[in-house]
Amino acid sequence: MCTTCGCGDGEVKTGGHSHDHHHHHHHHDHGLHFGHGPAGVEVPGMSQERLIEIETDILSKNDRYAEANRALLAARGVLALNLVSSPGSGKTTLLCKTIEALGDVPVAVIEGDQQTENDADRIRATGVPAIQVNTGKGCHLDGHMVGHAMEHLPLEPASVLFIENVGNLVCPAAFDLGEACKVAILSVTEGEDKPLKYPDMFTAARLAILNKIDLAPHCDVDLDLYEANLRRVNPEIEILRVSARTGEGMADWTNWLRGALADLVRVEAAE
Amino acid sequence: MHEMSICEGIRGVIEDQVRAHEVTRVTRVRLELGRFAGVEKDALHFAFDVVMRGSVAEGAELVTIDLPGRALCYDCGVEVEIDHRLDPCPDCGGGKLLPQGGDEMRIKDLEVA
Repeated sequence: MCTTCGCGDGEVKTGGHSHDHHHHHHHHDHGLHFGHGPAGVEVPGMSQERLIEIETDILSKNDRYAEANRALLAARGVLALNLVSSPGSGKTTLLCKTIEALGDVPVAVIEGDQQTENDADRIRATGVPAIQVNTGKGCHLDGHMVGHAMEHLPLEPASVLFIENVGNLVCPAAFDLGEACKVAILSVTEGEDKPLKYPDMFTAARLAILNKIDLAPHCDVDLDLYEANLRRVNPEIEILRVSARTGEGMADWTNWLRGALADLVRVEAAE
Repeated sequence: MHEMSICEGIRGVIEDQVRAHEVTRVTRVRLELGRFAGVEKDALHFAFDVVMRGSVAEGAELVTIDLPGRALCYDCGVEVEIDHRLDPCPDCGGGKLLPQGGDEMRIKDLEVA
């Protein structure tokens, strides 16, 4: 493992490019304070002189990378969305159709998977730039990987950056990438209780897309129950019913995207 | 599943501290974990032992301190303490609760030699 920024050798593979380490990372000491002197801290069984009080978030290093990404994205006026889901929910198909439907809005994509370039190849076939990040054994993208991937993308003003996370409803919930928000994609074949089984991810998401609704009549699912369970774990979550395959609901999704992008551009202009 | 990454984060923080404080050995690490942090403690202990090998914290004891889970009930509007993510509101029995903290993952302190 690289001791300067902590990335594993060869773990970040960005679309066939070699992985250059630009060690632009800053190691701020914010939030650190130490138990100096007798009044600092008391712990039974521990010698005062030998205790270092840290009070530091375990993921603080990731959070610093994420904040640097967020600052860069804000400066460029890019709306970044972290797409999270189970494997097989239809994220990549949804993305391809979304890129088509967005027309003239510039889009770039970061694709996270443990192995293969397949998804980035599918995105590139639509004509937009895409970078594949292979996480190797890793179960999620992190702020550091995304920062390096962003170096390879144009990040045009008033564009959308989709970050397709590794298909996993557990770990990606904990790792901030610098995105504006998480969008959870849930396909109707997964079972209405999915939000209850993996509440953290749906709590962390601002929007849930209930995908593959064209299959609903074939698999005895209750779409209202899906929505009720999503709202049980996150009363504020927005929900859209979509079929990327038939196009049903796609206009609502692209309107949501255009609205979020317009809000971002408006905020940038005001600042 | 991400307990290994969490332990790598812990090791990174420890190594930064060790450099700043001229520490030769870390004997105990205390963590504060919120009830909704989603950390599996058995997996964490296992990963900790593995990840700390070859570092100043090799063989260190890992101690976890639980922090309560708090959530806002959307039925009665009160912030309540709950043990499990899907527990109903203890005040009104409502089922729509949004966590307000309880996802902490912090290194509290290090015992060092």
